[in-house]
Amino acid sequence: MSHMSNTAISVSDLSKKYGERNALSHATFEVPLGTVCGFVGPNGSGKTTTMRMLLGLISPTGGTGEILGHSIKHPEKYLPRVGAMIEGPAFYPALSGRENLNYLATLGGFSTDKVQGLLEQVGLGERAKSKYKTYSLGMKQRLGIAAALLPNPQLLMLDEPTNGLDPEGIQEVRDLLRTLANNGTSVFVSSHLLSELEIISDYLVMLRKGEVVFTGKIQDLLHAQQPLIIAKSENENDLTKIVEIARSAGHHAVIRDGAAHIEGPKDWAVTLNKAAFDAGITLSQLSPQLPNLEETFFEMTGDK
Amino acid sequence: MWRVAFAELRKLRRPTLLLGTMGAVIFFSSLFSSLLFILIDSPQGNSERGRMVGRQVLSMSSGAVQGFSSVGGFLGIIALCVFAAQTAQEYTYGTLRNLLVRQSGRLRILFGKFVAMKLFALAMIVVSAIVSISASVILAPGAKVPTNLWFGADGRHAIFTTFINVVISVIGFGTIGMVLGLLLRSPISAISLGVLWLLIVENLLVAVKSSLESWLPGAQLRIIASGGARTGLVPGITYSHALVVGGIYVSVGAAIASFLFVRRDVAN
Repeated sequence: MSHMSNTAISVSDLSKKYGERNALSHATFEVPLGTVCGFVGPNGSGKTTTMRMLLGLISPTGGTGEILGHSIKHPEKYLPRVGAMIEGPAFYPALSGRENLNYLATLGGFSTDKVQGLLEQVGLGERAKSKYKTYSLGMKQRLGIAAALLPNPQLLMLDEPTNGLDPEGIQEVRDLLRTLANNGTSVFVSSHLLSELEIISDYLVMLRKGEVVFTGKIQDLLHAQQPLIIAKSENENDLTKIVEIARSAGHHAVIRDGAAHIEGPKDWAVTLNKAAFDAGITLSQLSPQLPNLEETFFEMTGDK
Repeated sequence: MWRVAFAELRKLRRPTLLLGTMGAVIFFSSLFSSLLFILIDSPQGNSERGRMVGRQVLSMSSGAVQGFSSVGGFLGIIALCVFAAQTAQEYTYGTLRNLLVRQSGRLRILFGKFVAMKLFALAMIVVSAIVSISASVILAPGAKVPTNLWFGADGRHAIFTTFINVVISVIGFGTIGMVLGLLLRSPISAISLGVLWLLIVENLLVAVKSSLESWLPGAQLRIIASGGARTGLVPGITYSHALVVGGIYVSVGAAIASFLFVRRDVAN
């Protein structure tokens, strides 16, 4: 087992079964060191199960995994260098934010001197003495992130860290993760805010029904997708006609969010424009573009 | 293990828990000891289950700790509740996953928590001993109980042995609470089941068949607290019998719970 690995996370054939149900099936992927890796998949696709196995909370029923060069069978070898928040923050309600972090710092053998600094870093400095049970969802989430940062982690694993945060909070988390990555911390983050992940992630692991459907650089995924032509008509009823024109020309087309989404090269937009004009349709928008992560996600997971 | 224990003590010393528990300890310790002297001439008895503890017994060298040994079983129930709640709440709050990420050695977590809770129980017992012995000293003259033997060499020995017996008993009760907390993973279920069994089910079973008192876990731990003195219906349950039977219950329960804690997936 190599201790000088170039990967923060490496799993091979990792599986977890609950009775007859496959929560994760033969997952194989790697997350390079120093990257921000988005971990996406619909609800129940196995994201949290995977994170739990990587943190030694549950045992795999098959396969192997390594974190920072150490087997997941020996979490004690890598957990001191890993920060994590999975399935939302969980703290003692009767203790304050500071007391909760002091508790975890003592448990992990870290200095409690850094606790106030961390609370200020996540914007909880002024509420450090308030009991956890009085915190809003966003504040709880911030405390969870502060707890994950306690060990100065080499790898940070966060499950839906922006849940409950306002737009400003989301921006702050995004900046924080980017800063950590720039300083060499590897970040493995799951989120349902795909537009956020698209902005901050270099790398992506996508799950569907317990199976890995994509792993690699996020740009490679997006560039591999068919370019899209987005068309809107002045009269919304004409969208169906636009889709019919596209389909009759052999292009895959659907109506989504009040626009026709047509797979095809950007040159074909000229042909569509002419065909729409001939059919008496006035287009209000016609723009060729690469699909974004959200569209790609729905396409690959078949969720929409 | 010590890091876990120190961390756990941060949680146990919070005012609500500490003052609430110590308040209950002070109340019941003074109540049990006071009743011994206030009801000394009552035909209904002045100790648990209507037992009569007369002036002759109270004036012996062990007289100062009669109240303390009587409250031992009750301290055990308090310890059971505290140990069960502190263990099971890690599941209900979901904080166990934080603990395991920061300290992956599961047995270390278990032993660390156990050490911290033992220290908490020890503080509880010290407070109880001080309160009940003080109450006895204050009330003895009014009940015409001589106290000249209480703090001689034999008296100090009696205080020491009773203290040790109560410690063993309370730790035993606490361990049962911790085992229930680990098995049931819910503070309410663990405390309800523990208290229901110890206070109601065991008493009903003994009322139906008195010989069962020799084999029930709660009865053994109460007998240990009272130093092997006869507490119930079955005469002659010795200290060593209670220690062996109670020890087997506690050890087997702790072994099963530890095994499950180490092997079980943490899925909440």
